[in-house]
Amino acid sequence: MDFLVVQFLTGLASACSLFLVASGLSLIFGVTRIVNFAHGAFYMVGAYVAYVLTERWSGALGYWGGLLCAALVVGAAGAAMEMALLRRIYRAPDLFQLLATFGVTLMVEDLVVLLFGPEDLLGARAPGFKGAVEILGQQVPRYDLFLIGLAPLVLAGLHLVLRRTRWGILVRAATQDREMVAALGVNQRWLFTSVFALGTALAGLGGALQLPREAVNHSMDMTIIVEAFVVVVIGGLGSITGAFLAAVLVCELNAFGILVLPEVSLVLVFAVMAGVLILRPHGLLGGAPAEARAMRLAIPPPWKPFTSAERLWVVGGLALAAALPLVAGAYALTVAAEVAIFALFAASLSFLMGPGGMPSFGHAAFFGLGAYGAALAVSGAGLPMAAALLVGPLLGLAGAVLFGWFCVRLSGVYSAMLTLAFAQIAWAVAFQWVGLTGGDNGLLGIWPEGFARTPHGFYWLALAICATGIVLLRILVFSRFGYRLRAARDSAARAETVGIDRMRVQWAAFAVAGLFAAIAGALFAFLKGSVFPDTLGIPLSVDALAMVLLGGVETVSGAILGAIAYKLLAVWLISETDQSKLVLGAVIVLLVVVFPQGLGGQITRWRRPT
Amino acid sequence: MLAVSGLDAWYGAAHILRDVDLAIGAGEAVALLGRNGAGKSTTLRALMGLVPRVTGTITFAGRDLAGLEPHARARAGLGYVPEDRRIFSDLTVLENLEVGRRPPRPGHPAWTPERLFDLFPNLAEMRRRPGGRMSGGEQQMLALARTLMGNPALLLLDEPSEGLAPRILEQMAGAVRALKAEGLAILLCEQNFRFAGLICDTAYVMARGEIVHRGPFAELAADEARRDALLAV
Ligand SMILES: Nc1ncnc2c1ncn2[C@@H]1O[C@H](COP(=O)(O)OP(=O)(O)OP(=O)(O)O)[C@@H](O)[C@H]1O
Ligand SMILES: [Mg+2]
Repeated sequence: MDFLVVQFLTGLASACSLFLVASGLSLIFGVTRIVNFAHGAFYMVGAYVAYVLTERWSGALGYWGGLLCAALVVGAAGAAMEMALLRRIYRAPDLFQLLATFGVTLMVEDLVVLLFGPEDLLGARAPGFKGAVEILGQQVPRYDLFLIGLAPLVLAGLHLVLRRTRWGILVRAATQDREMVAALGVNQRWLFTSVFALGTALAGLGGALQLPREAVNHSMDMTIIVEAFVVVVIGGLGSITGAFLAAVLVCELNAFGILVLPEVSLVLVFAVMAGVLILRPHGLLGGAPAEARAMRLAIPPPWKPFTSAERLWVVGGLALAAALPLVAGAYALTVAAEVAIFALFAASLSFLMGPGGMPSFGHAAFFGLGAYGAALAVSGAGLPMAAALLVGPLLGLAGAVLFGWFCVRLSGVYSAMLTLAFAQIAWAVAFQWVGLTGGDNGLLGIWPEGFARTPHGFYWLALAICATGIVLLRILVFSRFGYRLRAARDSAARAETVGIDRMRVQWAAFAVAGLFAAIAGALFAFLKGSVFPDTLGIPLSVDALAMVLLGGVETVSGAILGAIAYKLLAVWLISETDQSKLVLGAVIVLLVVVFPQGLGGQITRWRRPT
Repeated sequence: MLAVSGLDAWYGAAHILRDVDLAIGAGEAVALLGRNGAGKSTTLRALMGLVPRVTGTITFAGRDLAGLEPHARARAGLGYVPEDRRIFSDLTVLENLEVGRRPPRPGHPAWTPERLFDLFPNLAEMRRRPGGRMSGGEQQMLALARTLMGNPALLLLDEPSEGLAPRILEQMAGAVRALKAEGLAILLCEQNFRFAGLICDTAYVMARGEIVHRGPFAELAADEARRDALLAV
């Protein structure tokens, strides 16, 4: 019993930083509609800056001053990112801003290693809060008690600012209806910049406050960003009090989940999130906003069949690709097979996002399920490759049918966030269920058989399967089903009057997209000869998103171009430089700014000049 | 005060407004009439800079508005009251008014919540009520009051009569007339011909995105045949 109380207190203390990060994310989303993926990076930078300042400055004043200065520095960096980068792309489709902030995240991850080194850094203890207090016979760190007291104070402070100041009133008004706020003479630019400054400063403070609790390291951004997403979604986008409640809920689930079910403690949090969203589609305290939360993707109608000249180009390109083994060596063929696999993966996501109108932040879930399905069929059941290439996709299909049932019930950002949660559940299962999946060690020895054993044999197999898959997806887009899908996307109400059941059609699209992603995943397992939990991870999901968005959501061909360019660039960078993330991030940011409609969108514009 | 010429506007590929010309003098009240879907609301939105693609010239108080963002147009003196009111439902009456507050125009008294409560006594009794828990009529009054807080020189009113009970309608007409008497210029989109007649001196009629009639309001009111041809549904 006493032990449980202490565990409860530990959970509450962890909730403080999470709440700070999530409240900033929520404020920013509320006003600017931007899902700021870089929020975790700002949190991490806050921790690093706090480390440097507290090492340099001495005494209690130096310490606490250092933490506060870290928050201010991060806030200034956030404002700078908003002004230099995001202002240029507010008019681009919604997910481009997410992509840009993802590019920034990649850059920051490499930059902190360059600046501070790869080792974990252990900060000093907080002056005045060293040691522990005895509560019910158990030791509780004093600093934890400080954090437990701080969180409600920050909540109250934010509440006051939002209720009592003109700035706060404008923020709340803009969260509901930005256009009307502008029509009343408010310059949104400064509102956006100031919200970014405050939101990122909160993230920076959250990171700085972790200094006495955990070592500072260069991967703390990913852990926190996923948890912060979950908190914001459970709490309700734009609701600060909701973020507070959800942060406490998530941290307590973590604290007690570890005790009860260590194998699936991660799953628990995401399962609760899914449950909350099904019962309350706008989160605990989020109301349905006046402005539609539906995402603005680039949705003009350019689903245009190929002209015969273009068809010739495609056939010619395929013939060239098939002839590659005549000139390329083993390494090049492995890279080429990987590109083909990612082209199919990206095409499946583009099918979901373009005609389906359903963005996904967790498409790697199906890719990874396909990979694990195939690997388990080989290593667990001892099936041959051909059978494994069926089992994998079937597992992905099953996952897509299950997850899709939930996702089509939500809309816009909420649905996309739910896909992220499901992907994290799948990741957590793969990571924690060591007995089945080997956990972090993965499953090894998944090699192709027969003619596919040689690099060119496997390349031809991958090319044939992926090309067929892409062609099937394209045929589907122009089929009756594709038509119904686009009708459901463009207007649910109108589609229903002509007898289209929106949810059913979108559910089916989810299953199709999941199936094709899983086919790519199964091939990937045989390409690498192994499977690791990364195949379900967020970075892979965002890679797919980057391929689709950079290529252009509007066309399947765009996704393929995007996949080829992105994958080749990534492979090349990894072989050429140690700072591949820095360069890749910079390239993403640059592309988003220069081609806000994606490369494919640009090509579409060339195809039909207006 | 406001001169619009050759205004065209598009939503995506749909060409909504064609070659619209409008002129409003200082202190003048102009009605923009037309059937459902004629393009009245789009005209106001285009004036505010809220339509993505617009061509033509809009001159306001000697200034070319082309390329100005909505907030700059509001600061130049355009006061927009949208068709669907767009009250901030989570904000109280006083907070809604605060969002609209701008510095006064030189030579004109600033609107304050207290002065607005004199104009709309109903609102005075619900200062702290969230906008979401007000009746349609009360919301309409709040929408107008909120825009007045910006001390505009020209009011763009989009169907303020829509869905109002007759008693509230009288009140609304009285308030708008009082504003006109204070020298405010008004562009009023209306389907309610009688309501527009209580306020306006000049009438424009739109159909399918074009201006199809302009003249003194009284003339159109007297010519029943012409009125029916232009407006009867
Ligand atoms: N956001 C939009 N996207 C596409 N078309 C639109 C949009 N808003 C309006 N339209 C179209 O523009 C035309 C003019 O609409 P508008 O709202 O300006 O008419 P209105 O005269 O104000 O009608 P009402 O009296 O019903 O308010 C209509 O055909 C309408 O369908
Ligand atoms: Mg209208």
